[in-house]
Amino acid sequence: LTPAAYGPVELCGVELGGPVLNGSGTFDAIAARRAFGDALLDQFPFDLFVSKTITVAPRQGNPPPRLWETPAGLINSIGLPNKGLRGFLADDLPQLAELPVPLCVSVMGFSRDELAELVSAVAERDEVSLIELNFSCPNVETGTIMGADPSETAQSVERLRPLTEKPLIVKLTPNATEPAAVAAAAEAAGADAVSLVNTLRGMALDPVTRRPWLGAGTGGVSGPAVRAIALAQVADVAARVNVPIVGMGGIASGRDAANFVAAGATCVAVGTESFRDPAAGRRIGDELGVISREERGFLPSASPERAAL
Amino acid sequence: VIGPRTQAPFGRRTARVTANEAVGAYRLISALDSEGPADPKPGQFYMLSADERWGGGSDERPYLPRAFSFARALPGRDGVTLQFFLEAIGPGTTRLAELGKGEGLGLVGPLGIGFDVRDPDEPAILLGGGIGAAPLLALDDALDHECETMLGFRTYEYAEARRLFKGPPPQVATDDGSFGRQGFVTDLLRDWLEDDDDGTVYACGPPPMLEAVRLICAEQDVPAQLALESGMACGYGACFGCVVPTRNGYVRLCVDGPVVAGDELETALVPGAPH
Repeated sequence: LTPAAYGPVELCGVELGGPVLNGSGTFDAIAARRAFGDALLDQFPFDLFVSKTITVAPRQGNPPPRLWETPAGLINSIGLPNKGLRGFLADDLPQLAELPVPLCVSVMGFSRDELAELVSAVAERDEVSLIELNFSCPNVETGTIMGADPSETAQSVERLRPLTEKPLIVKLTPNATEPAAVAAAAEAAGADAVSLVNTLRGMALDPVTRRPWLGAGTGGVSGPAVRAIALAQVADVAARVNVPIVGMGGIASGRDAANFVAAGATCVAVGTESFRDPAAGRRIGDELGVISREERGFLPSASPERAAL
Repeated sequence: VIGPRTQAPFGRRTARVTANEAVGAYRLISALDSEGPADPKPGQFYMLSADERWGGGSDERPYLPRAFSFARALPGRDGVTLQFFLEAIGPGTTRLAELGKGEGLGLVGPLGIGFDVRDPDEPAILLGGGIGAAPLLALDDALDHECETMLGFRTYEYAEARRLFKGPPPQVATDDGSFGRQGFVTDLLRDWLEDDDDGTVYACGPPPMLEAVRLICAEQDVPAQLALESGMACGYGACFGCVVPTRNGYVRLCVDGPVVAGDELETALVPGAPH
């Protein structure tokens, strides 16, 4: 039995075979190829691959422990380990270009100058179709978490917008007073799409010492534990912006994905569920295809009916 | 020569549980894997979950799969029977320990890099602490020649695991002296190395034991391969959660381990053991 395909999706002018992405930092296609070989390419689980977030300088990441299991979820404090811009472009990008789907590169800068350097360098590469701006870090010049503040977000997007014609996706943090206001500011400043949610700030204590378990003290919660919160934020954002939305947060089935699409997402991203099954993205896409074909009243976001709503 | 990595089929599959036996205080779970490779390498691991009731235990967990080195891989006509050796210590291991015959065992694997046996004729010293005996059983099966096997356990109930090893009985130490010598498995290693320092040490066990093995082997200039454990979410390099500090910075234990050469490590005292 071949499940019904959901069908192609257009995200900011980029044609995708379907609507399922990976959340940035939840799937390392290079490491996965070592573990699974070329079967990974033959059965690639996503319709668009989003890289782990890169920064200008290489980063080791946070001290371990980095993980804590919660009821139906996970707290992580990984700390964005990466080879830095130069290392990524030289070592990783050529390998990611071998994947059978378009590529989105996620970047994070600790200042607008760093962001500009990252966006300019990544935009030059033909292998890259889209750029995601991870704004979940402090601007070291202002001390504000970029994505938590509408005007901070707007100023950053305004600075980056002229640097490339490639689509810019703003990754929203749920740890903001009003994520929809940040989304609206990003759209007004020229963002082509928004993606949400990133992880929600959380903490676990060592059961013996009662001191913070995670090496970095706190981390980000993901998985089904955050799904209801994520769905509400996607719906809020969809009510405020017209640009496409990449919805994520605990999506573990086609049913979950269908709910995010119904709430206004054009694409959905799978993250923590891939930790339980590396092929989860493919299963979720297949299940979503069946739902979109069989269920009366389910309207994919690209359909004319939804556009008319 | 035993190669260190066999690649896994992509995605989670179901193996059928064929037996769940008590081995002293431990459980030995056998499951028929009809889709995976018949030749996982000793020291490689699988991410395990139960197909049913994975969740809803203590604290509404488990949620993530649990990483286990295979203890034995027995190829047969219908697939390979994988054996996993475990003790119920938290919601994940408790559920796995309850698996009944015929139940589905979700697995991804084999994953990671196993023991790298460069010279199969060289003497091998197998050193296991508690549940850490598991990958050494697989290594013992794979090596043609006799190994010097030393095991450490809490009490005689746990020391029953020694019976799983073929060949001459392993040397055993227990914390309380209720079986074998009272003390640590590293005491056995020290004594052995006083008389004979030829060979490679292959070890798996709790972090303090592996740290002691690392220091002893470094001091005696004996090569050591240590199978470490660290809390993992995915097992295939996706989450970056299982890093350990090495002389080359943090490495992910799931793709650059779990077997790491002793002289590459800064310490074997990996924080954040799984639960």
